[in-house]
Amino acid sequence: MATLQLQNLQKRYDNGYLAIPGLDLEVADSEFLVLVGPSGCGKSTVLRMIAGLEDISDGDMLIDGVRVNEKGPQERDIAMVFQSYALYPNMTVADNIAFAMKLRKIDKAEIKRKVAETAELLELTPVLDRKPGQLSGGQRQRVAMGRAIVREPKLFLMDEPLSNLDAKLRVQTRAEISKLQRRLGVTTVYVTHDQVEAMTMGDRVCVLRLGQLMQVASPAELYGSPENLFVAQFIGSPSMNVVLGKVAAAQNGTITIDVAAHTLTLADAAAARLAGLADYVGRDIAVGIRPEALGGDGEGRLDVDVDLVEMLGSELLVHATIAAPAVRMTDTGVEVGTGSSTAIASLDPRESARAGERLTLAVDLNRLHAFDVESGEAIGR
Amino acid sequence: MNTADTATASPVGQLADPAVSTRPGFSTRVVRSLDGGVGKLAVWLLAALWTIPTLGLFISSIRPQQEIRTNGWWNWITDPSQTTFDNYRRVLDTRQNGRPLSHYFFNTIQIAIPGALIPIIIGAFAAYAFSWMHFKGRDTMFLFVLALLVVPLQMCLIPLLRFFTGPFYPDALQGIPMVWFAHSIFGMPICIFLLRNFIGSLPGEVIEAARVDGAGHLTIFTRLVLPLSVPALASLSIFQFLWVWNDLLVAKVFAGRQTNHPMTSAMLNMVGDRGQDWHLLTAGGFVMMIVPLIVFLSLQRYFVRGLLAGSVKG
Repeated sequence: MATLQLQNLQKRYDNGYLAIPGLDLEVADSEFLVLVGPSGCGKSTVLRMIAGLEDISDGDMLIDGVRVNEKGPQERDIAMVFQSYALYPNMTVADNIAFAMKLRKIDKAEIKRKVAETAELLELTPVLDRKPGQLSGGQRQRVAMGRAIVREPKLFLMDEPLSNLDAKLRVQTRAEISKLQRRLGVTTVYVTHDQVEAMTMGDRVCVLRLGQLMQVASPAELYGSPENLFVAQFIGSPSMNVVLGKVAAAQNGTITIDVAAHTLTLADAAAARLAGLADYVGRDIAVGIRPEALGGDGEGRLDVDVDLVEMLGSELLVHATIAAPAVRMTDTGVEVGTGSSTAIASLDPRESARAGERLTLAVDLNRLHAFDVESGEAIGR
Repeated sequence: MNTADTATASPVGQLADPAVSTRPGFSTRVVRSLDGGVGKLAVWLLAALWTIPTLGLFISSIRPQQEIRTNGWWNWITDPSQTTFDNYRRVLDTRQNGRPLSHYFFNTIQIAIPGALIPIIIGAFAAYAFSWMHFKGRDTMFLFVLALLVVPLQMCLIPLLRFFTGPFYPDALQGIPMVWFAHSIFGMPICIFLLRNFIGSLPGEVIEAARVDGAGHLTIFTRLVLPLSVPALASLSIFQFLWVWNDLLVAKVFAGRQTNHPMTSAMLNMVGDRGQDWHLLTAGGFVMMIVPLIVFLSLQRYFVRGLLAGSVKG
C-alpha cells in the first residue's frame, strides 16, 4: 500500500513527439484511480511510465514519497495486469502465479500456501495445473489478476484488463475487481477508454485528452460538475446535448438565455449557480443539457422534432432535431456547427413519442451547464 | 465477429448467389484439383523420383564390386541373388592411419555436436539482446551481423588459420576445438539472424510482465524466451548439425593431424588416390547417413513448426 505522486511528468519520444506535456497527479493510499480518455490520449503511456516500462522524459515520480524515476520495473514493487493478460504460455497457472515469488526466493511452503489461497479467492483451484492455452478468456483474466494480487505489491496497475472479455463477463468481472480492490486496499491505477468502467469502478476518475489532464474528480462530481466541454461530452452515455445559445440579459438575480426560438429564464438557485454568465451578456455560449434533464420536470421549454424513438424498458430515448447549432470539442478546439442539431432526451417509459411529431420538452434549469465557446471551460458550476 | 458474419462477408458467400457466375476461376480449379486425386498422385510421383538416387545408392552398396563396375544398379532388381554385405564389411574394417572407421565416426560426433550447439547457444543470447535489450548502436551492430551473411566461407579460411596459429590463440585448444570455433564463427550470423526474427516476434507484453514481476534479462531469457523458442532452436539445430556433419573443407583445414579428421575425410581417403575404390563410397555414404537421419526424424515435428513459427501470429 502506498501513495503515488506524479509531478510535471513528461514524455517525449525519440522522434520529438510530446505525448505527455506535463502531468500532475496524486493518488492516495488505497485509492482506486481510473485514467480514462479517448484512444491516443496518452493514458497507457502514463501507466507504462508508472510501471517503469517507459522512460520518463522529465518531471518526477514518487512512490511513498521516494523518487523512482531511475528505478527499473522490478525495483518498484508494483504489479501490472496487461490488456492481453501476458501470461507465460510455457508455465502452468500455478507457476504463473508463483513466478514473481520464486524470483524473490520466498520459502517454497509459503509460495504454495499463497498460490492456493489466491487460487481459492479467484476460483482457479481446478485449473492450477493447466497451461494458459487451455483456459477460457475469463479464466486467463483471473490468472492475470492472481499473478498481480499474490505478491501484495505497493501498487496495482491495470491496462484495460476487461477489453478482451464479452459484454456479460465484463460487467461481472468489473464488479469483482472493484470488490477485490476494496478488500485488499492496494492503491490502484486503472486505465480504460470505457467511461462506464471508469464511472463504476473508480474512487476518482482522471480524464485525459491529448496527454493533458482535463479533470480529476469523483464520478458523481465529474458527471454533475464537468470543468470543461470535453469532460461534459466524454462522460455520460448518451452524452450531454450541447447547443449554441446566447445570454440575453442578467439582472436582478435573473439570467435569460436564448436557445433556438426559446428563452430560458434562470432564477434563484439556478441563476446563482451560473452567476458567471453575467459577464457574457450579449455573447454566445454553449448550453449543455443532460438527456435526463430534458423532457422531465422543469421550467424551461424547448421545441424539438422527433427523428427516432428508442424504447429501452427503463427509459425512452428520443432522438430529436433542435433548431440550434451543435457545439463540440475536437482535437483542435471547440467547434460550432451550423443550422440545427440532434439532441437526445431520456423520457419516462410511460410517455409516448412518435417519429415525425413535434414535441415541447421541459428543461430542468437547475441541471443546466454553460461553457465558454472559445475555451470550452465551464462557466460557473 | 460471429461465424455467420464471416460467411456472408466472404467471397464464398457471394459465389453462392445465383446472380453471380458460379464457375470458379482457372487458378481456383487448379488448386482444387491439387487437393484431390491428381495432386496426391503428383506428390507420390515426386517423392518416388526423389528417392530413386538414394535407392540406387543403397542397392549399389549391397552389390559385389565387379557388378557395380560393369552394369547399372537396376539389374539387381531382376537378379537379387548376388546380394552381399562385403562393401560394408570392408568399410567398417578399413584402418586409416592405424585407426578404424569408428574412430573417425566418433571424431565427427565430437565435431558436430559442439559445432552445432555453440553457435546456436551464443546466437540465442545475441538474438535476445538484439530483440529485447536497449543499448546504443544496437541496430548498427545487427546490420554488421547481417552483412556477415554474405561473406563466403572460403575467404576466411586463411585469415582464420593465421589467427589460430598466431600468438593470441591458446595451444591447449589446438585440433578439434579449432573446428568447433570455425564452425561457430561461420554459423553464427545465420543463427543470430533467424533466431532474432523468431525471438523478436514473441509477444512484448509477456516480456514486460516478467520485468514487472521482478525478472532480470537472464531470468527472462532462460525461463521464458528459451522455452518459447524450442521450435526455432530445434529446426536451426537440424540445419547446423547437418551442415557440420557433412562438412569436409572446414575440418580438413582446421583439424590438424589426420587422426583428428572426421568421417568425410576418411571417406575421401577410402576412395583411393585415383578414385579406384569408389564402390566403397556407397556403403560408407550409408553408414554416414544413419545419424543425421535419426536426428532429423526425432526433431522433424519441431522442424515443420519452426519454419512456420513467427510467420503467423498466435
